[in-house]
Amino acid sequence: MKRRDFLKSTAVFVSGAAISVSALEFIDPREVLAAKPDLRWGFLVDTHKCVGCGFCVKACKTENDIPLDANVTRTWVERYIITESGETFSDSPKGALNGFTSKLIDQNESGMKLVPDRDVTQAFFVPKLCNHCSNPPCVQVCPVGATYSTADGVVLVDRTWCIGCGYCIMGCPYGVRFFHPVVHTADKCTFCYHRISKGGNTACAQACPFGARMIGNLKDPNDPVAKTVLTQRVAILREEFGTNPNVYYLGLDKEVR
Amino acid sequence: MKGHVWRPLFVVIGIVVLILLFRAFYVPDDFGVQDRGYTFGFHRLGNEQDWKEYPAKYKDTAYCNECHDDKTAEREKGGHVIIPCENCHGPALNHPEEPEKLAIDRSRSLCIRCHSQLYMPSSGRNDIPGIDPKLHNEGLECVECHNPHNPSLEDM
Repeated sequence: MKRRDFLKSTAVFVSGAAISVSALEFIDPREVLAAKPDLRWGFLVDTHKCVGCGFCVKACKTENDIPLDANVTRTWVERYIITESGETFSDSPKGALNGFTSKLIDQNESGMKLVPDRDVTQAFFVPKLCNHCSNPPCVQVCPVGATYSTADGVVLVDRTWCIGCGYCIMGCPYGVRFFHPVVHTADKCTFCYHRISKGGNTACAQACPFGARMIGNLKDPNDPVAKTVLTQRVAILREEFGTNPNVYYLGLDKEVR
Repeated sequence: MKGHVWRPLFVVIGIVVLILLFRAFYVPDDFGVQDRGYTFGFHRLGNEQDWKEYPAKYKDTAYCNECHDDKTAEREKGGHVIIPCENCHGPALNHPEEPEKLAIDRSRSLCIRCHSQLYMPSSGRNDIPGIDPKLHNEGLECVECHNPHNPSLEDM
């Protein structure tokens, strides 16, 4: 090949490649989100108000057809007991499906632990659910595009598309995903998408007698959840993972994992 | 080029064409990069609608009050007014058509969800009147003495 030919074909190739690359549209999610500023679902948990009755867990399982006796749940409530000596004990018997009715704390292999009342300095309940992260690690790892984030910020699973590989269950830093024992796909909290998109409340928030759970639109400054998130001292779980959760907690303690 | 180069090349091209054909038929039209971009929004758009159409089971207390407003006054007298009807009466589903009658949970285990006394100083649980389920009339159902719609002892 002559030098002239080489230079010619190089120029043709480079210009051709440049045209085809420019034909691809690069979508910036932030740009699209800014164009649709009206709705972004957010959730607020007030741990001061939670009494550990577990009605939320029961309502969630019933509403979303998760078998009651199966050892999986989309939402659960944890109990934390912090003692004078600085020890922390926590448990969540059956995800608090039947509430907390005993002072005995389930410590798995070390058995049931009873902390005498006089040793307790702090004791409280923390409801947990999917954080519907703005940067969901579970979605990034899905090899088939079965789990995704909607424009209004809800992370969902396509049951017809999921191959059940379990990457997302491993990828979630909060452990909110599980394998559905009946449908046999990955499953998780949907923020009751079927209820909230029709103007309703989530099953868990509706079942809570104390108002410890609330769902709202973070983009609406007059929404009670958005107002609290903007004006109160709220915290998110595992900030260090950079997942940007949309579930905010009032009264979260550093002992809560 | 010689035949020994072209023949395997044809096979490879054939396989690629077959895969692309299979993909064209198998992958739904609405599958692709949606609002949240390739990283978070790569999915079948129709699935969002599938989830929106999931049947709801719980109505809410306002729905119950449409017919059963005779219970409202009694409930408002006591502290249990904050508890949604369906927490004890079960999800309304399509009541009154289907089911015609709801299965009410009158069990002791339902009451002690809140009223089993625990020492939880940094939680609202401490403000709820509590009993020790093992000592307080064991074996009896709570509703045999307490009215669940208005549990106050003065009105008993």
